[in-house]
Formats: sequence, structure tokens, C-alpha cells
Amino acid sequence: MATLVQAVRLALHYGEEHLGVTDVFGEDVGPPLGGVFTATQGLKTAWNSPLDERGIIGTAMGIAYAGGRPVCEIQFCDYGFNIIDLMKVAGNQRWSGAGQFPMPIVLMTPSGSGIRGSLYHSHSFEGWATRLAGWKIVMPSTALDAYGLMLSAILDPNPVMVLLPKALLRVRGEQQIPGEPENEDELKEMIDAPVGAARAAWTPKWPDVKPYFVPLGQGNRVREGTHATVVSYGRMLPLCTQAADQLAAEQGLTFDVIDLRSLFPYDWPLIRDSILKTGRFLVVNEDTEVTNFGEHLLRRVIEELFYDLIAKPRVLFGKHVPGIGLNQAYETNEVPQLADVLVAMRDAATEAA
Amino acid sequence: MPTAFRGPTAATLAPPAELWSRDEMLPAARCRELHRLMVRCRRLEERCIKMSKSGEAYFWVGGPGEEAFNTCLGMQLRRGEGPAYDYVHLHYRNPGVLLGMGMPVLDHVRQMAMTLTDPHSMGRNFVCHYSKRDWNVIPVTSVIEVQYVMAPGTALMQKRSGGDGVTAVIGGDAGTHEGDFASCMIWSSRPGFELPVLILVTNNGWGISTASETQHAEKSIVDRGKAFGIPGEVVDGNDPIASWHALSRGFRHCRTRRKPYMIEARVSRLHGHSSSSGAARVPDEDDCVAMFEKKLLDRELMTKEEIERVHTEAINEIEEAVRQVHTEPRPTAADVYTHTYAPSPVDSVYPEDYTGLPA
Repeated sequence: MATLVQAVRLALHYGEEHLGVTDVFGEDVGPPLGGVFTATQGLKTAWNSPLDERGIIGTAMGIAYAGGRPVCEIQFCDYGFNIIDLMKVAGNQRWSGAGQFPMPIVLMTPSGSGIRGSLYHSHSFEGWATRLAGWKIVMPSTALDAYGLMLSAILDPNPVMVLLPKALLRVRGEQQIPGEPENEDELKEMIDAPVGAARAAWTPKWPDVKPYFVPLGQGNRVREGTHATVVSYGRMLPLCTQAADQLAAEQGLTFDVIDLRSLFPYDWPLIRDSILKTGRFLVVNEDTEVTNFGEHLLRRVIEELFYDLIAKPRVLFGKHVPGIGLNQAYETNEVPQLADVLVAMRDAATEAA
Repeated sequence: MPTAFRGPTAATLAPPAELWSRDEMLPAARCRELHRLMVRCRRLEERCIKMSKSGEAYFWVGGPGEEAFNTCLGMQLRRGEGPAYDYVHLHYRNPGVLLGMGMPVLDHVRQMAMTLTDPHSMGRNFVCHYSKRDWNVIPVTSVIEVQYVMAPGTALMQKRSGGDGVTAVIGGDAGTHEGDFASCMIWSSRPGFELPVLILVTNNGWGISTASETQHAEKSIVDRGKAFGIPGEVVDGNDPIASWHALSRGFRHCRTRRKPYMIEARVSRLHGHSSSSGAARVPDEDDCVAMFEKKLLDRELMTKEEIERVHTEAINEIEEAVRQVHTEPRPTAADVYTHTYAPSPVDSVYPEDYTGLPA
């Protein structure tokens, strides 16, 4: 099975061949590196840009204005703070221009902690991203979803931000991407660039991957249960499923665990119907506490489902501090860990009604 | 025998067929065309300032003092949709460009009056914030620098398409303080990947209330292009003949060499920054319309009566537009969400357009 980052690469290849992708570009995106996480190795439209995030998103917008379909990469979402106004422009230009120009750009960027990245390689970005009206924001937690969400992001004629959970980029999927070889070594041989001198002459041998679209705005219930509803995405999602399996085995507590996948638009019917069943709600992410995207979901749950709740709804989030510290004592105490998720889920499921 | 009469003949009485500025010339017909555009632009700006003060509209911003350069730019842009034509990334002082391209004054007044019929923004954006896809006019933002960082993208597609389309991008001198101006130079001049970007700066010497000489150490902005191998020139933007030829050189360079070119036009700012600073007429700056009219009169290309007629026709045209927009529909609550998203085959919540929070 492909890893999450290989899935992104396969999706970009499919996009080049079948969905009209004209440019995949950003810092170190083209050869020889193919991206600092290797998401763009071997792609025929990949090219290296100046080390200039404003130029990257601005050029992507210009390409889109002129009929192209670009995928640009901001190397880490932490480097995206100096382009927040251009993100605003990308999101509002269609609205402000009375619908004249579409803006079919994809901006992909690794997000979140988990690689000991310290202050500038560990931020979460969904709190800012989801405030950018006019954008669509997705964040996969599996390789297959990364493939399917990236294809949808490319096909959608609006600006779509693909937040990649950097701690999961090397995690192998459990479901096969349509058309990928069953043997992971075979896939590696085909699409991973060799290290060293051989790289200069290397060309990929792409598998004949097939279309697989995860619709924007469609979540996925990855565990089914009755004691509480847990909504998460990205890096925190596998912790939630792990905790759900553990709590089911040890304490008989079962959960609806929803992988949101698409943060905006989000799958409100899936969330609502689950809460109507369980009466309990917990949203889990690793972003800082103030102001957290999970708070928006919490607000809607309180306002629209208050009388259907049987216990207080909750958000589990990262601590509100200026950065993720390098020493593991910082990261593990700032960002929710499995033990924190276990406690939060157990409490959500067992608080007296 | 009386000597032959040597007074003016029919030939010497005819107006000259051209007008010169130093060693550059424009034909008389082009001069009259430019004059008419400049006057329509100036009268339009003055009427919009009046609208901002009379309660007919809110905020005014524009470019009185930039008419000469901007109308020349508008007339030289190749108008059309797609990479085969020119793209133009404007800022908010460019009604002269759109009038030069052929925009009716009515469409400008519609945006000023915030009508639903405003073709640029449906009454959503400030005046001079144009958007016109069929003419490659990229949506204008109030942010003074972002157009410079989008221009390389359209130019990249033009170069790739193989035609001779040019991307023109324009901003003010204060906008060049931002890093996006440097980005534009860097991305337009990557070795082997140079792009046909005509980088324009209208230098009016001000950033709202801050004089540029208190912030800029460089003598001229085009000097910054030299480091990137971008040729450029400084032109008197109050002189339409000099402006025409500078732009002509710039377009020719970009069209044929497929590389960037820079022009810094020194212009006036005749009504301050915007209505936020009062928009009163500034007494001590050169007026390109008045200067051009003096030249047209002195060289006998136009008579005083002809010039007055141009003004009268412009005023009448604009007043008719103002009368019309008062009869046109305004946006309502039903228009708040429209045109947020383009229809998408892969969006299960917003397949057509935004409809509010996911239901």
C-alpha cells in the first residue's frame, strides 16, 4: 500500500494526465528533490520556484486567471503566515468580481506537529484556513483519502487548501488506491526517486492509477458506536480510532468516530445525526485553544442540538502557547497525546447524564 | 508693380498634422482622441468625488492627475480574453486605463453607485476596483501591492502559449515599498524563464500622507530593475506624447523579446489620496489635462471652442450615466452569498454556489 505522501504524488500524477494540472510548483518541488517530503518527485509539470511564498501563491493565482490549473506547495504551513492576505484575495476574488473569474488553485501544505519540528515546522493551520471564506479546506488522515481528496481539490474550480498531516506522511495506507500495485516495494521501485547519483537519470514508472474522488464536504464514520460522537481529522484521527478500539475492548464503551476529511465545507448531517443518536460530542484536534476550529463545531452543536445533548459537549485541543517546543517534554505536553484522547473520550462517554 | 502677397496660404493656415514633445511626436488625430479620453476621465473623477460628498455614494478613490499615462496605457493594451491577449493587473487609480480600453462611463458610475448592475463587482467593491474577464482585467483589490505578485502567473501562461500577449501590471510608488514588487522583478527575470511583464509604476510622490522622499532612498524606482537586468525608463507621466512612446517601447520589448520592462511615470495627485482625505483639489501640482490643452491650443491643433465642446459632451455623458444609475436596482439580502463558489462536480455541500453554513 502507498504511504500518504506517495498517494499525494500519485494523485498529482493523475491530475497531470487526466485533470489538466498545468503546474506543480513551490520551493524544492521540482527536481532534484521533488519536495522536502517527496510529494512531487518525478512529476512532469513540477518546477522549483524562488524561495518566496508570496510569489508562489501569487503566481498560482495568475496561472489560474490565464486558464491554467496549478497546484502549489507551501513547504510548511508555518511559512504561510506571510501570505494570509493573498489567501484572502484568492478566496474573495470571485465574490468581489461578481463571479467572473474562477480560481482553480490547489495549495497543499504540511500541517501540524509530530516530527519534532520545533516552533516553525509544527503549527496547525486550520484555525486560520477555515476563516478564509471562499476557500475549501481538506485534511486527509489516510493515504486513500489523500488520493481522493487531492483529485477532488484539483477538479474543483475553486481555491482548495490541502492540509497534509506531516506526522502521517510516511504512514502506509490500509486500503488500496485504485490501480496501485499491491506490492509496496514494487510501488517504491516505480515512483520513489533513488538517493544519490542515480537520481539525475531517473524517471518514474507510473502505475495506471484510476479516478477516485472523495467528495468535498463528505466525512467518513470510521468507527460506529453508541456512547459518544467523536469528530477529528488529520493526525489526531488515528489516535481517536486507537482510543475507541481500546475503550471498546477494555471498558465496553463504543464511539462514532467521524473523520471529517473536509473541514470546509464540513459534513454537518453526519455530525448531527450521530449526536442525535449518542447525545454526546467531543471534537479533537491539535491546534491551539484560542480560537480553535473545533469551537465553531461546538458552537453549532450547542445552538442547534442543545436539547438533544445529555452531557456537556467538549473540545480537546493543543495548549495556547506561542509555539511547539523542541524538547519532547514540550511537544508531548502541548499537543494531545493518546493518553489525553483516551481520557477525553472516556469522560465524554461516561459523564453522568 | 506690387509685390506678390506673401501672407498665410491655405497650406500654412491648416492645423499641423502632428504634435511634438521634445523629439517625439503623435499625429493630431491621436492627440485629439487622447484629449477626449483624458477629459472624460477627469470629469468622471470629479463627478464621482461629488457623489461621495453628496450622499449618492460612499467612498471615492481614483487617479486625477494620471489621465495622460493611463489613457495611453489603455489604448495600447490588446483587449480580449485569454493568453493571446494582454492581461492587465491594475490598482485603484486607473479609470483612464479602462476608458482607454473602451469602458463606458456608465459602468464606472454603476460601481461608484453600488448598483446590482455594476458589472465589475455587483456593488460589492469600491469604485475603480474593476474586474472584466472578457478584457483580461484581473479583479482589482484595495491591497496596494498584490497585483505585482500575480502578474508573473498570467505572463507565464502567455509565454507558454507562444503568442505575443503581454501582462501589464501597475501600482503606485508606495506600493513598491512592499516585497511583492521585488517578487515581481524576481519571478519575471528568472534566468531562462524570463516573462513578458510590463512593470509599471505611477509615482505620484505620496503614500496617503507620507511623502515618498522621506521613505525612498533610491533616486528612481526603475533603478531597482537594473539589478535583475530589467531595462526601464522614467517618463513624465503628465506628458501624453512622452507616455505614449514610453509605453510603446515597453510593449514592443515585452511582445518581441518576451522579457520584462519597467516604466516609472512621474504623475500628479490632484485630489489627494481619496475621499478619506477630503478629495479637495490640490493647487500646486501639474495638471496634465490643462497642460495638454495649452499645448493643443498653442500649436493650433484645437480651438478653445472645440476643447470646451469636449468638456460639455463629457459632462453631459456622465450626468446621463448618473441619472440612469439612480433608476437601476440595488443589491439585496438575496445577493449576499452569490458568486462565492463556481459550480463543482465534486462538492457534496455546494455543488452550485455557496448557500451559507453547511446544512
